[in-house]
Amino acid sequence: MTHVKLSMAQALNQALRDAMRADDTVLMFGEDVGALGGVFRVTDGLTAEFGEARCFDTPLAESGIVGTAIGMAMNGMRPVVEMQFDAFGYPAFEQVVSHVAKMRNRTRGRVSLPMVIRMPYAGGIGGVEHHCDSSESYYAHTPGLTVVAPATVADAYWLLRRAIEFPDPVVFMEPKKLYWAKDEIDLGVAEPGIGQAVVRREGADATLIAYGPTVPVALEAAEAAAAEGRQLQVVDLRSIVPFDDETVCAAVRRTGRAVVVAEASGFASVSSEIVARVTERCFHSLAAPIRRVTGFDIPYPPPHLERHQLPSVDRILDAVDDLQWEDS
Amino acid sequence: MSTVEERLLPSAEPVRLIDEHGAAHDHAQYQLPPAETLVDGYAQLVKGRRLNDQASALVRQGRLAVYPSSHGQEACQVAATMVLGDQDWLFPTYRDTVAIVSRGVDPIETLTLLRGDWHSGYDPYERKVAPQSTPLATQLLHAVGVAHAARLKGEDTVVMALVGDGGTSEGDFHEALNFAAVWHAPVVFFIQNNEYAISVPLAKQTAAPSLAHKGIGYGVPGERADGNDLAGLLAVLGAAVGRARAGEGPQLIEAHTYRVQAHTNADDASRYRDDAEVAPWLERDPIKRLDAYLTGAGLLDDDKRAAAASAADQTAEYLRVGLMEDVHPDPAELFQHLYSTPTPQLREQAAFLADELAREEA
Repeated sequence: MTHVKLSMAQALNQALRDAMRADDTVLMFGEDVGALGGVFRVTDGLTAEFGEARCFDTPLAESGIVGTAIGMAMNGMRPVVEMQFDAFGYPAFEQVVSHVAKMRNRTRGRVSLPMVIRMPYAGGIGGVEHHCDSSESYYAHTPGLTVVAPATVADAYWLLRRAIEFPDPVVFMEPKKLYWAKDEIDLGVAEPGIGQAVVRREGADATLIAYGPTVPVALEAAEAAAAEGRQLQVVDLRSIVPFDDETVCAAVRRTGRAVVVAEASGFASVSSEIVARVTERCFHSLAAPIRRVTGFDIPYPPPHLERHQLPSVDRILDAVDDLQWEDS
Repeated sequence: MSTVEERLLPSAEPVRLIDEHGAAHDHAQYQLPPAETLVDGYAQLVKGRRLNDQASALVRQGRLAVYPSSHGQEACQVAATMVLGDQDWLFPTYRDTVAIVSRGVDPIETLTLLRGDWHSGYDPYERKVAPQSTPLATQLLHAVGVAHAARLKGEDTVVMALVGDGGTSEGDFHEALNFAAVWHAPVVFFIQNNEYAISVPLAKQTAAPSLAHKGIGYGVPGERADGNDLAGLLAVLGAAVGRARAGEGPQLIEAHTYRVQAHTNADDASRYRDDAEVAPWLERDPIKRLDAYLTGAGLLDDDKRAAAASAADQTAEYLRVGLMEDVHPDPAELFQHLYSTPTPQLREQAAFLADELAREEA
């Protein structure tokens, strides 16, 4: 029986466990990932099962974690490292941009880095400053990185398995407000691979394009819209890089209207890229300009104000209402 | 009995086995390397010097985009590789071309970066030499990772990680020493202190008594050597590699040397230092002193000197001929190496460029 009911954090843990069982070269390391099992318990029990050599705590230094993972990947290992929080990943930025992303290219394909940088990201959990950033645009902007963000429990498992098997480095963005979301999944049935978006809900009137933490919000908005007689299609990107132009554009062409929903600040972001790409490719299918529901261009707010920053069902429905409907 | 601190602290003075006049000196802890090693080292120094000067000349002729020369630092370059075995790794910086060639990498492939036809031109796995790093100190962490993975695999590998005096101010220098120490990784961190980070002198870089002293804060033993004395460097680096291989963890070695030329051909050293400061260092030249010692000891005569010069000339000739050839890197390659499987977007962009080039030719 491969049906199990898991939270997203448990599904990620299961993926790590299965990957480490399948391949001795898979290592897991970072801050507090050993005895504690990670501040979100994603690595719970891995040190106990695989020993200190396979899952271990490092000194508290993110550049060191990523930099040494590069060396290990150069020398036959498949390291998975955890940046404890999105904003704690910034000290490693030079290693990520100058080396993780470029090693394969600068060595003309001779040195591949099969490594995964796991990063709990985004808000909605009442976290204090520097714990709730949506930093995916920095990585998506960097050629050479693969950037994925699961939105479902099944994808948490399968995308992480795929990321660990991937021959090139993957930045794995884990929406932390979904860590405790539970679902019954079938571990015997693989989800689509990296680079493929999926349509989570069909609907003929307009398309919501979301990824990571905003997928459940978009689905909720589609449910609410249906009650009002408007059928919204929901596309879950899953993979930011490579971007699945084919699925996204086919979806938008079917409805002729689209709203992009993302938690990150909108300026110069993944959401602005999506609008640009879809407009360039689907202009003649569009009945209205594509709208965006994103975070404001402000630092992530303190807990008591964070609800104003997060895309909400109402904001999504308002944006949908603005899509130049002929009957309104 | 010595305290922990005493075991971690470097010698009171840089280790020097042959002085600038070519006279050998006894040392309580380190011994002069065997004669044949020094004679072989001499030939490598001569070759390294010739490579440096030929590459600089090729910049002036427009055959290389830039060349950060290690002229005057060849003893460090040669010693760093002479102490390694085939199973060991070298992590070089942009100024370490001579070390890479001494390790056995093809000189033309080595100079690919500085010629400008690609970023790194050699296969890092072939001679276990990492790509030359231009971002400072970042490569030290990669070195620690390679060493740690080697230990996990039970391999007998030591990693020689090169860095300059300026690089020791970077955060990654600190993180690399700390990680290596905590993990007990077999890494020899080798600082070539040439007194300058482009224009900034060492005094503005650190207030530490010496760069080798920095090891104590990490629990890493530090040692320092005269960076223009090949014999002293071979003794000190050889011992450090031996300790790392024996499971004693990382080692920090500082070589005191001097960048007698400008940072690169694009730099103007007269803006920040006087020639008078440089002059005494020319007298401390690593080749001159080894030549004097070997000659005095009857180990080097005109025939051997001529043979070394002739071998160096061959390297220079190889460079001149190889770099005179115009290279035409294939623009299609710009898209080929980012991912094992190119993304659909990169395939589109590659097609766009191919089409643009086809129209240019038509």
